[in-house]
Amino acid sequence: MFDLRDLYQQVIVDHNKHPRNFGKLSRYNHEADGYNPLCGDRLHVYLDIDASGRIADVSFEGEGCAISMASASLMTEAMKGRSVEEMREVFDAFQRMVTDDLDALPDEERLGKLTVLAGVREFPSRIKCATLCWHTLKAAADDTAEVVKTE
Amino acid sequence: MSIDVQRIRAEFPVLRQQVHGRDLVYLDNAATTQKPRAVIDALRRYYEHDNANVHRGVHALSERATAAYEGARASLRALLNARSVREIVFVRGATEGINLVASSWGGTHVGAGDEVLITGMEHHSNIVPWQMLCERVGATLKVLPIDQRGALCLDQLDALLSERTKLVGVVHLSNALGTINPVSEIIRRAHAVGAKVLIDGAQAVAHMPIDVQALDCDFYVTSAHKMYGPTGIGVLYAKEALLEAMPPYQGGGDMIRMVTFERTEYNELPYKFEAGTPNIAGAIGFAAAVAWLSAQGVERLAAHEQQLLDYATERAAACDGLRLIGTASRRATVLSFVLDGVHPHDLGTILDREGIAIRAGHHCAMPVMQHFGVPATARASFAAYNTREEVDALFAALAKARALFA
Ligand SMILES: Cc1ncc(COP(=O)(O)O)c(C=O)c1O
Repeated sequence: MFDLRDLYQQVIVDHNKHPRNFGKLSRYNHEADGYNPLCGDRLHVYLDIDASGRIADVSFEGEGCAISMASASLMTEAMKGRSVEEMREVFDAFQRMVTDDLDALPDEERLGKLTVLAGVREFPSRIKCATLCWHTLKAAADDTAEVVKTE
Repeated sequence: MSIDVQRIRAEFPVLRQQVHGRDLVYLDNAATTQKPRAVIDALRRYYEHDNANVHRGVHALSERATAAYEGARASLRALLNARSVREIVFVRGATEGINLVASSWGGTHVGAGDEVLITGMEHHSNIVPWQMLCERVGATLKVLPIDQRGALCLDQLDALLSERTKLVGVVHLSNALGTINPVSEIIRRAHAVGAKVLIDGAQAVAHMPIDVQALDCDFYVTSAHKMYGPTGIGVLYAKEALLEAMPPYQGGGDMIRMVTFERTEYNELPYKFEAGTPNIAGAIGFAAAVAWLSAQGVERLAAHEQQLLDYATERAAACDGLRLIGTASRRATVLSFVLDGVHPHDLGTILDREGIAIRAGHHCAMPVMQHFGVPATARASFAAYNTREEVDALFAALAKARALFA
């Protein structure tokens, strides 16, 4: 039987309690707002992309449920030092992972530690919590002026 | 005075099920209540035996459907103690009732420089229609604030009321906080400056007896689905003289007496406000819910629910890290709270896996969340069929949630 620990793995609980890369970057050249009207989650992503198109630094601020906080925290960890191109690939793989069939295997190679969030697909109402930060990151990279909404 | 909860539970088919392998504990009654067999049967009986359009056929089915539909109106009149069935308008729900008043009455009685006064604990449905009206006519929306316990700051009411105040809109029983507002007092003071008063009774009618004549309110709205009836139907009560002077809300069939291309003569009350084929089955189901509620005795059910709320409040006080949102002295049915270290949304998911249905979110009352400085709350809300054991199940699950996040 499904165990709540599959969703709320220790890593997620830990990242929720102690989010990494939390707070405003002292130097950034891209940013975006994300908002999930269903649960009131709010995120702000700061992004520093260097001349070669590499994510030199990334951070976030905001408040929300454990899934959205942990997902944002894990995302910033995973994306630091990657190229914007790679970021888009991981974004797609992540999106696929959380919306895939329950028995599909996540793309471990691309996603690495982010696979701890695979359990989200069991909870259709919670998928947006996990993806909000990714949409916001993408919007920051694309310099979208509008607030990203999950619905 | 006490009720036989097990007998009541047996009348609600939906309660006999498991969710994620656990007995369903349904504590989301402020969102919508479950329906007793009597209501489900009334809907089925109507569709199986009497289905026809109303007010227009001469055949037997149409006459039966019309009699049942108008009988439903008579049930609602009796439940609310309105003077006449002419004061009972069927609408889609509380939301449509408020929009009807804001658009039809508001559009002709509220003008530039006038004021509409609402309170800090209104549901979005009693905020947005007034905002839209004020914007359209150049009026000002004022707000009577709430205090730290979630009660209205009545001491500020008189200062906010003036001859510019055309309408006061107040929720009878708050869906976000459970606060029962002193509406009689508010109506009296509003009338003293010549303002009309709309009471949002969406939550109240299932939990207390309502007498619109004793209240002397001008408008009262509610939804059937929050009082054991079907979705898609509700009622607007309004004093006859007000309805008489109001223009129609929508145009179409049934609301007219005579139509030519030059002009239309409107139908009499309440049909002037019921354009198009109404929700006939819904009204019949609504009447079945009213009959069920009256047979149980609203006051007996309310006493039972109060015991549950008192017990839950007591357990909440003993629960580490739990903060109640809404602790006014007069409360009913709603236990709204936040739990240290566990976001309400996560709590909703965790409780669901225990078979417990609660609501997590802003409860369509974002200004209330802003007032208490929380993005959302978790809300358990009780109905006639809930038990003490279900309250225990709720608190056992809360302990589990805390352990999971420890
Ligand atoms: C206090 C209050 N007012 C109004 C409404 C709106 O009711 P409906 O959605 O049935 O129109 C609700 C429903 O949640 C409510 O709780």
